Amino acid sequence: MNARSDVAHVVVVGHGMVGHRFVEALTARDDGGRFKVTVLSAEARPAYDRVALSSFFDGADEAALRLPPLDRSRVDLRLGVSARSLDPARQVVITSDGESLPYDELVLATGSYPFVPPVPGHDAPGCFVYRTLDDLEAIRTAAAGTTRPAGVVIGGGLLGLEAANALRLLGLAPHVVELAPHLMAVQVDEGGGALLARLVTGLGVTPHCGSATVRVVTDADTGRAAGVELADGTQVNAEIVVFAAGVRPRDQLARAAGLALGPRGGVAVDESCRSLGDSHIWAVGEVAALDGQVFGLVAPGYAMAETAVDRLLGGAATFPGADRSTKLKLLGVDVASFGDAHGRTPGALSVVLNDPVRQAYGKLVVSDDARTLLGGILVGDASRYALLRPLVGSPLPADPAALLAPEGADGTVGAGGGLAALPDSAQICSCNAVTKGTLLAAIGDGSASDVPGLKACTRAGTGCGSCMPTLKQLLAAAGVAQSKALCEHFPVSRTELFEIVAVTGIRTFSELATSHGRGRGCDICKPAVASILASLHTADHILDGERGALQDTNDRHLANMQRNGTYSVVPRIPGGEITPAKLRVIAEVAEEFGLYTKITGGQRIDLFGARLEELPAIWRRLTDAGFESGHAYGKALRTVKSCVGSTWCRYGVQDSVGLAIELELRYRGLRSPHKLKGGVSGCARECAEARAKDFGIIATEAGWNLYVGGNGGFRPRHAELLVSDVSTRELIAILDRFLMLYIRTADRLQRTAAWIEAMDGGVSHLRDVIVGDSLGICASLEEAMAGHIANYRDEWRAVLNDPERLAKFASFVNAPDLPDPAISFTVERDQRVPAPARPLLPLEPR
Amino acid sequence: MKVIEVARASSVTAIPLAALSPEQGAAVLLRDGTQAAVFLLHDGSVHALGNIDPFYGAPVMCHGIVGDRSGVPTVASPLGKQVFCLRTGRCLDSPDVALPVFRVAVRDGVIRLSTPGNAREIAMGT
Ligand code: SRM
Ligand SMILES: Cc1cc2nc3c(=O)[nH]c(=O)nc-3n(C[C@H](O)[C@H](O)[C@H](O)COP(=O)(O)OP(=O)(O)OC[C@H]3O[C@@H](n4cnc5c(N)ncnc54)[C@H](O)[C@@H]3O)c2cc1C
Ligand code: SF4
Ligand code: FES
Repeated sequence: MNARSDVAHVVVVGHGMVGHRFVEALTARDDGGRFKVTVLSAEARPAYDRVALSSFFDGADEAALRLPPLDRSRVDLRLGVSARSLDPARQVVITSDGESLPYDELVLATGSYPFVPPVPGHDAPGCFVYRTLDDLEAIRTAAAGTTRPAGVVIGGGLLGLEAANALRLLGLAPHVVELAPHLMAVQVDEGGGALLARLVTGLGVTPHCGSATVRVVTDADTGRAAGVELADGTQVNAEIVVFAAGVRPRDQLARAAGLALGPRGGVAVDESCRSLGDSHIWAVGEVAALDGQVFGLVAPGYAMAETAVDRLLGGAATFPGADRSTKLKLLGVDVASFGDAHGRTPGALSVVLNDPVRQAYGKLVVSDDARTLLGGILVGDASRYALLRPLVGSPLPADPAALLAPEGADGTVGAGGGLAALPDSAQICSCNAVTKGTLLAAIGDGSASDVPGLKACTRAGTGCGSCMPTLKQLLAAAGVAQSKALCEHFPVSRTELFEIVAVTGIRTFSELATSHGRGRGCDICKPAVASILASLHTADHILDGERGALQDTNDRHLANMQRNGTYSVVPRIPGGEITPAKLRVIAEVAEEFGLYTKITGGQRIDLFGARLEELPAIWRRLTDAGFESGHAYGKALRTVKSCVGSTWCRYGVQDSVGLAIELELRYRGLRSPHKLKGGVSGCARECAEARAKDFGIIATEAGWNLYVGGNGGFRPRHAELLVSDVSTRELIAILDRFLMLYIRTADRLQRTAAWIEAMDGGVSHLRDVIVGDSLGICASLEEAMAGHIANYRDEWRAVLNDPERLAKFASFVNAPDLPDPAISFTVERDQRVPAPARPLLPLEPR
Repeated sequence: MKVIEVARASSVTAIPLAALSPEQGAAVLLRDGTQAAVFLLHDGSVHALGNIDPFYGAPVMCHGIVGDRSGVPTVASPLGKQVFCLRTGRCLDSPDVALPVFRVAVRDGVIRLSTPGNAREIAMGT
C-alpha cells in the first residue's frame, strides 16, 4: 500500500465512455487532490466515442473519435491492461499483468459485451461483432478481401441497422436477419417498422424479419463463413457475418467475486451507484443494474458517472433511473421513440398518422381519457420529437392528430403544438432535468439573456446538447431578441465585421462605415475596427493615417493612461527572464525620468508616471538597450509567464523558460479581440499558474499538455485540456490555429474562456476544428499566423524613426514640450505618485 | 447642478488648422493657463471643449474617441468613457455635468479660440 492516508486511491475498471466521464468529472471536481486515480483499460487505446463508432466507415479515424484526453498528470491510465479478478475483502484488484492493485474505492465501468447466439458456425472466421474499433477494423479488412457481393447482419435493432449501413459503406449489399416480426422492435411498433423496412429497402438493405438464423454455413475447405441459413430454408451467401443481436452486461468480475447481480445480469447498485453489499465498490454505465434494469444508452451512463463522483466527494446526488427515449438517424432515416411507445399503460389509446406520400409514420400514445400524452413513435420525420417528448405526462395542448400533422411552411408546428403550448413543468433538457418553467424564470428575471447564460445558470444544454435549438427558440419566444449589433453604428457582430473586412479588403473606418454601417462611430466600434484592421493588416502601423483616431485610450499613445493623465511604460521581458545589465537600464531610465517602479503580476516591470511628451525619450533609451514594446496597452499578447523549469528546478521535466520565451516572441504584437496571456510550467506542480491563462502549457515526460480558455480577472476560469503529450512543433502548430481562430471568430472583448463557452460543442468542437481539421481551415489559420510573424516589427521603434508619428506625443499643439501644468505629483514610500485627484465634481452618489 | 470650470479672463489663442488631423483631438494651452481640447471633424468643422476630464480632474479630453451618438458629434472620456456632446459640452451620460465650450473661429487656415461660450450658462445653472 503506497496510498497516503489522506489520499484515497480510486481504481476504475474499464476506459469506455462512462469510465472516461467518471474520471473526467472526478479530476475536475476534486480540487483538493483527495483522490488519485488508476484506470485499467482492456482496450489498447484510450476511450473513444462508441456512439459515433459507425462514422469510422464514413471517414472518421481513431483520432477523430477519441474522447478528450485525461489529465495524465493526475491519472494513471494503463492501456491494454485489464482487471482479471477482484478481492473485495482485501480491497485488491488483480490485473492481467498479475499485479495486485489495492484500492480504497473501486469503480466498475466494464460496459457490455455483444451477445452472440450459439448457432453452429458462429465462431467461424468471417463472423464478427460490432462493439469496438478493433471489431470495425477487422470488418473493414475482411470486406476488402471478400469476393461475394453480400454481407449478413444478424439482428435488426438499432445496432444491426448501424452495422448494415457500415457494410453498405464498404460496398456490400447488406441482408438483415431479425427474429421479431419487424425492425427495431424495441423502439417502434409494427406500423413504424413497416415504413422503416420500406425506407431501408430503398437504400439497398434486404430485411428478413420474423426469421431465425439456423446456422452459419462454413466453407468445407477453409472453414470460413460462406453464408447463413434461415429457419424457412433461405440461404444467403456471404463471407461476412456480423452479429448485432444485443448486448449483455460485462459483469463477470463482479459475478466471480460474489457481488450482488441484477436478475438479468449487471452489478446491482442503489441510486447512488454503489453496489449493493459492498460500500467501496461502485458500478456505472452499461454494467450497472438499478432495480434490475440495465441501461444501454450513454446518457444514463453519464448521469451515473456524475452521481458516483458526487457521492465520492461527499455529495448526495442520486441516479433516479432514466427513460429510454431515443432519437436517431439510421441510414439517413429518422427514428424516434419516447415514453410508453408501445402503449403498455392500461387503457392507453393510440393515434396514428401514416402518411405514405411524405414517407412519415407517427403514433401518439395517450391516456384513456385522451387528455395526457404517454409516449410516441416517429419514423421518417422525427422533427417533432423535441416538442413532443417534453410533453410526456402532461396534458395535451392540442388535438393529438394536430400534433402529428406536418409542420407549417414556416417551420412552426401546426395547431398550437408549438413550444408555447408546453406546460411549465415540461422537461426541456432531459440530461439535466431542466424544465421550461426554470428556463423561463431564468430568462424572465434577467439572469440569462443568451444560450451561454442559460447554460451557466440552469445547466441546460451542458449534456448532449440536443436541447440547444429549443433553448434558442425559448429565448426568441420570450422576446429576448439577441441583437448582434456591435453598437448603433454597425448592425453586425464583431465576428461578422471581421469577415466583411477580410472579404472586402476595406482598409479604412470611413469606407467601412459608409458601406456597412452609419454615422461617425463611437468608443465601441472604433477600437473594434482598429483591432480587426491590426489583425488583418499586420504590416501597417496602428497610429498611421485615419487609424490613429480609432485607437482606444491606451493604444493611442502605445502606453497605458493613468488616472492623472500620465502614462505607464512596460518593456517586454519575454518569459520573465532578464539580465542584470538590462535590469540596470530599467533602473537608470526610472531614475532619470522619476518614474514609479513596480513589479507587475505578469513577471515584468512597470514604470509609471511618464508624461506624454516624455514617452519617446524614455522609449529611445529602452529600445537602444534592446527592449521592445510589451503591448501592455493593447488587446494583444501580453506575457507568457514561465516557471524556472528543468534548467534549474529539481522537478522540472522540460525547459519551460525556453518555450515561454519562444512563444512570447512568436506571438508578440498579435492583436486580438481581447488581451491574451500564456503560461508555461516545467512540471505538474504548475508554478507558472499556466491554467489561469488563455493558453497554458504544462510539461510532461513525453512533451507538453496544452490547456486553453483560462483567465483570472472578473470571472476566474481554469483552462481546459486541449491536447496532451504533444511535441513542441505540434504544440506550436495547434497554438497558431487556436489563436487565429479566436481572432477571426470571437466577439469584441470576449476572452478565450467566454469564446469557447459560447461555442456549440465547447472545447471538443474546438478540438475537432483545430486538431482534427474538421472544417479544413487549419492550413489557412497557420498561414495567417505566419503572415503576422513575418510582418512583426517593434511598434515603438517604428514611432521613434518617424517624425509624423512622433508629433502625436506633444503635450500641447502650441507648446509641444511643455510639461502639462495640470499634472502634479507627491511622494509616497520614496517614489513619485499622482497628487490626490481633484476631480471637478464629487464622484460620490449624488 | 454643478459648476464645472469657468475661464476667468477672456483671451484669444491661435493655432494652425494643419496641426490637427480629423477626429484626433489635440490640447491647446491658452494664454490664461486654461487648456482646450480641440477637434477637427470629418465634415471640416472645428470644436473646442475644456481639456480637463471633470470626473478625474486629469487633462485628457483631447485623447478621447470622437464619434457620434444618433448623429450628434461626441467625444468620449479616455478614462471613464463618459460621452460629451461636442457642440454643447454636455455630458450625455450624466446630464448635470458639462465641459466648457470654447468659441472657435477658423479663417485662412488658422483656428482662433476664445473664452468658453457657455461659461455663463454653466455658472447660472440653466
Ligand atoms: C500592471 C498590472 C498590475 C500590477 O501592478 O501587477 C495590471 C494593470 C492593469 N490591468 Fe491587469 N494588470 C496586471 C496583471 C493582471 C493579471 C495577472 C496576470 O496577468 O498574471 C490579471 C488577471 C489575469 C487575467 O488577465 O486573466 C489582470 C486582470 C485585468 C483585467 C480583468 C480581465 C478579465 O478578463 O476579467 C483588466 C480589465 C480588462 O482588461 O478589461 C485589467 C486591466 C488592467 C489595466 C490595463 C487597466 C487599464 O486599462 O488601465 C491596468 C493598467 C496597467 C498599466 O497601466 O500598465 N487587468 N491584470 C499587471 C500588468 C501585467 C503585465 O506585466 O502586463
Ligand atoms: C455501434 C454502436 C452505436 C451506439 N449508438 C448509440 C446511440 O446512438 N445512443 C446511445 O445513447 N448509445 C449508443 N450506443 C451505446 C453506447 O455506446 C453505450 O451505452 C456506452 O458506450 C456505454 O458506456 P460504458 O462505458 O458503460 O461501456 P463501454 O463503452 O463498452 O466501455 C467499457 C470498457 O471497459 C472495458 N473492459 C471490460 N472489461 C474490462 C476489464 N475486466 N478490465 C479492463 N477493462 C475492461 C471494455 O474493453 C470497454 O473498453 C451505441 C453502441 C454501439 C456499439
Ligand atoms: S512548475 Fe515544476 S518545474 Fe516549474 S518551478 Fe514549479 S516545481 Fe519547478
Ligand atoms: S438534453 Fe442533453 S444537454 Fe439538454
